[in-house]
Amino acid sequence: MKPIDYVAEVSSVPLGEILRRYPLVADYLANIRLNGVDETRTLPEVLEDIDEDMLEEFGLDREEVIYHLSAFLAAFSPVKSSVDEISSITILGGRDKVGRPEMVELTVTPGEVVSIVGPTGSGKSRLLEDIECLAQRDTPTARQILINGSVPDVNKRFTSGGKLVAQLSQNMNFVVDLTVQEFLEMHAKSRMISDSAPVVEKCFAVANALAGEKFTPGTKVTQLSGGQSRSLMIADTALLSSSPIILIDELENAGLDRREAIKLLIGNEKIVFISTHDPLLALRANKRIVIRNGGIAKVIETTAEEEQTLRKIEAIDSILLDIRNQIRGGGFVTKDSVPEFQER
Amino acid sequence: MKLITVAGPPSSGKTSVILKTIEALGQPAGSVGVVKFDSLTSFDHQRYDEEQIPNQTAFAGKICPDHFFVSNVEGAVEWGLKKGLSVLVTESAGLCNRCSPYVNGILSVCVIDNLSGINTPRKIGPMLKYADIVVVTKGDIVSQAEREVFAFNIREVNASATVLFVNGITGQGAVMLARHWQDAPEIQTLRDRKLRFTMPAAICSYCTGETRIGEIYQMGMVRRVEFDDV
Repeated sequence: MKPIDYVAEVSSVPLGEILRRYPLVADYLANIRLNGVDETRTLPEVLEDIDEDMLEEFGLDREEVIYHLSAFLAAFSPVKSSVDEISSITILGGRDKVGRPEMVELTVTPGEVVSIVGPTGSGKSRLLEDIECLAQRDTPTARQILINGSVPDVNKRFTSGGKLVAQLSQNMNFVVDLTVQEFLEMHAKSRMISDSAPVVEKCFAVANALAGEKFTPGTKVTQLSGGQSRSLMIADTALLSSSPIILIDELENAGLDRREAIKLLIGNEKIVFISTHDPLLALRANKRIVIRNGGIAKVIETTAEEEQTLRKIEAIDSILLDIRNQIRGGGFVTKDSVPEFQER
Repeated sequence: MKLITVAGPPSSGKTSVILKTIEALGQPAGSVGVVKFDSLTSFDHQRYDEEQIPNQTAFAGKICPDHFFVSNVEGAVEWGLKKGLSVLVTESAGLCNRCSPYVNGILSVCVIDNLSGINTPRKIGPMLKYADIVVVTKGDIVSQAEREVFAFNIREVNASATVLFVNGITGQGAVMLARHWQDAPEIQTLRDRKLRFTMPAAICSYCTGETRIGEIYQMGMVRRVEFDDV
């Protein structure tokens, strides 16, 4: 729909009915201080009584308000807000810090997890950045990213506003002063979900299942612990974010069920890249990219043997977790807290 | 020469974004310059000097920064042309959230930061509404959901702008902004071009140095609040 298609409706239908059809119009009116007007009248009728000087402060006159609101409705019409289907993303190698070419072509599809491993400072974040900006041999690494097997068009690359890619890192915090419930409702509203209650409820339940310690819908998001914050961010990204690609920069163990977190993302058909130092996370991925000296040194597919060994590593991890809980609970660590190892 | 106007609230990250974008442009050293319009003091010239970017700083002092900008931007363009710049960036702080130092036909960039509050885009007026590109900074430290809602609130105010996320510290996202700068039109002068929006009205007795409080001292453009009867 184009702006012009809304002009007649906006000009002739009473505001109350417009608000019922397009709830977002309430925001629009509030933004130009037109909230609290008589809703039984049409917008042109309401505008008759409004001081032109007040509208002028917003750079509008009476006629412009009508066209501006029509443009607003066009911008938020459902067609435009949907994200194109992504069936794959491909990384074509560039070069490392000393100019050596990366001999890599890696295609990843929805539901797959790829971990990125390598020493600190080796260039893991740089790879995440290349994916985020859909690099076209124009970043320092000269890598190229393809979407659905072809070069993404310029518009998608430069105007999508980061919609293709969602990001999650240990540095991220909640800064808004809202409760968990209000926060999720706010996000749902921005996704134009008309009946947000079910998805908000589900998101809350899933976040709580991931978190080591439970929280209530009335908890302020700024008061959540690290693990609870991370859980809420992951549940929200999986269920409420439209982005098909998720970039994760490390996911710490504390207070978060990471195995379930990754399952959740895969289950929602996301393409997941995780930069990590943690063997449990690295091995849970289908593939891992090894970064050395700024370049992709190799891509390893997780072997069957590694998958088997992962269970043992998980057992070790749960032993450590038990010990942590014992100490946290004021108990003593005994010789029996750690089973004897046969080999080594 | 291409002219880019960059505006944004104080401390939103304008200088960092400009520095990273100049780096991403990859033009020969000394061919991209900056004119910084500020009110009282500014330390940004040190950062531009360090990167050997030709720059000038102009202080508005007691003049309305917006009026100051428009009466000096032509001079800035002349300076840039004489310097032989290929790109000139003007940087100005929008102090009253109403400023919009944007000119028709000139690429206009508004920089706002994610930490400033989720409703900030709804409170900033013409500076946001008339921008071609809205750059959001400090997105690396807030949650994905807050970034998305922030971008949504921007679109509610300015549905046609391109919204870009740029990290002023690492430069992530600057490549995309640089691409837009490359497409900005070439100009020779600003003469006879028009502002996108009228400037704040400012002709009252306080503009001319009055300091006393009281109705009898007030003349010119004065607007009074109608407080509720009690």
